Amino acid sequence: MSKALLYDATICIGCKQCEVGCAEQNKLRYDDSVAAEERQSEHKFTCVLTKGDKFMRRLCMNCQEPACASVCPVGALTKTAAGPVTYDAGKCMGCRYCMVACPFSVPKYEWNKLAPKVRKCTLCPDRIANGKPTACAEICPTGATKFGDRDDLINEAQLRIRDNPGKYVPHIYGLTEAGGTSVLLLSSVPFAEFGYKTPEVAFPMLTYRVLSRIPDFVPLCGVLLGGVWWITNRREEVAAAEGHLRRPETEEKKGGKQ
Amino acid sequence: MKIKISFWKVIFLFLMAAGFYATIVRYTRGLGASTNLSDQFPWGIWIGFDVLCGVMLAAGGFTLTAAVHILNIKRMHSIVRPTVLTAFLGYLLVCVALMYDLGKPYNIWHPLIMRNPHSVMFEVAYCVMLYTTVLALEFSPIVLERFNLQKPLKVIRGAVIPLVICGVILSTLHQSSLGSLYLIIPEKLHPFWYSPLLPVFFFLSAIAVGLAMTIFESSLSAKHFGRQLELPILQELGRVLVVVLCVYGVLRFEDLLHRGVLKLALQPGYEMFFFWLEISLGVILPLILLLQRRVRNSAGGLYLSAVLVVLGFITNRMNVSITGFERSAGTHYFPKWTELSVTGMIIALGFALFGLAVKYLPIFPEEEKQQPIEASTGPLAAASVWGHAGD
Repeated sequence: MSKALLYDATICIGCKQCEVGCAEQNKLRYDDSVAAEERQSEHKFTCVLTKGDKFMRRLCMNCQEPACASVCPVGALTKTAAGPVTYDAGKCMGCRYCMVACPFSVPKYEWNKLAPKVRKCTLCPDRIANGKPTACAEICPTGATKFGDRDDLINEAQLRIRDNPGKYVPHIYGLTEAGGTSVLLLSSVPFAEFGYKTPEVAFPMLTYRVLSRIPDFVPLCGVLLGGVWWITNRREEVAAAEGHLRRPETEEKKGGKQ
Repeated sequence: MKIKISFWKVIFLFLMAAGFYATIVRYTRGLGASTNLSDQFPWGIWIGFDVLCGVMLAAGGFTLTAAVHILNIKRMHSIVRPTVLTAFLGYLLVCVALMYDLGKPYNIWHPLIMRNPHSVMFEVAYCVMLYTTVLALEFSPIVLERFNLQKPLKVIRGAVIPLVICGVILSTLHQSSLGSLYLIIPEKLHPFWYSPLLPVFFFLSAIAVGLAMTIFESSLSAKHFGRQLELPILQELGRVLVVVLCVYGVLRFEDLLHRGVLKLALQPGYEMFFFWLEISLGVILPLILLLQRRVRNSAGGLYLSAVLVVLGFITNRMNVSITGFERSAGTHYFPKWTELSVTGMIIALGFALFGLAVKYLPIFPEEEKQQPIEASTGPLAAASVWGHAGD
């Protein structure tokens, strides 16, 4: 069963405990200056955005069909059956295509290290494997960030929207965005106000539908080129043979022109 | 002549010194200290210029080998070697550039054992590896001839056609796949440059640039190495270039029209400027020039047109990789001096290696005559063959 997070911005009080829990879990420095940073970076995998009395979390969406994992040439990024999109730094060669490809611009890079890693939230895969919720969900004092099975959380989100008319933007962000994500969002203000775009496509297909034709293209192109060569070469052989039969003395001149 | 040579030597030494220093910065202090790259802008000129343009500028290799060996246009034989040399050098230098750009360059071999066939970058990695190998083999007769190693020479010559076919297939895949890289970011790349046809555009423009580069380097070689200019061949390449540019131009504007982006081309703005810069330099100006018989038949006119095409499509690659990305990234990117120095050093290396190869290897004489002129490996004999082939 695929696990997911449901973040309900209307319950969030902006205490940033999720940031604290995340930093502890991932052994990242966390102090007042980091707390003040309202963006994800190589030392901050999740952040709470504040706009007046409204809040919104940002973290890796751990997409159902992640662009980052699809573009990684060495398979360092992987979508696991349990939900997390994990990263294996030992495989990574640092091409940074994942950073370019991610529709949410989530992966960050350790630019100032000599053996840099891609950093992002990976939905606490070790905790999930041990049957525990993610660090941010466990620490959340209000239940704004809730951990569970993706299907159950979708049902619950739909119920919350249905039972509280007018409270929410009637949309579960992450249900279909970018082919569906393992982080689901509910909010009372439009998601665009917090910089959430609405990517409606599952991105990996965009490149895969071209790539998947290569195995067919190679033999086809090979046969075509070979055939063209066979014809042009044969034409020349015939011309040479005919020239040879009729007037052998012109052969020399012809050869020189080639 | 002497002053000129020492002038270029000074430039070369300067570029090498700056590049060397930038190299030290890159490998001792990391990408952050040596580039203006950031989380918003993960790819800069090392990808945009060194890799995308490097591969594009090497396209003469597969264009000309296909023309001569597959289409059997024998009269172009005399200019195949310099284009194969350019392609080989181009790919080697792309590999060098990758060693700078990759965060962990020592893991560059990982795609050999870690596979993700869903990744365009994986395809790119294999194309670079395989095509560099093919180019090395296509180039090897030149070295083998120089040292008069007849046995391996025979083996390679027997395999010329399969090699060329492999080269054309790999090039087609590689040139287009560099465009496919960007297919996955429809929302990040400006609509001038994001198109489902990106791989087609990259491939077509590679052919145009391949032809232009052949004209360019033949003209330069004629000037600097005292070679006779193969004007009739270049004129023919010029005519093919006209056709390729027309096809590219029509397809490009059809694509803009159908995606409803054409009206953007008339709204002044940052992207519009770079879009028209690219289209004017790469397509419109060269077509205006080359469609005139007088220009098309003159050495100078061909040279100028070729330079414009090359510059135009360099602009195109920079637009796809940098200009078109800036709006969604929310930031402007301009390379740091260290990035420019490394790129400058790589370009200088390319020119220097080309010069050295021409000086010490039989780049210009005709290869593999049907007639038994096999002894024509010495420079003197080569010169006589050259004179013979030139008529």
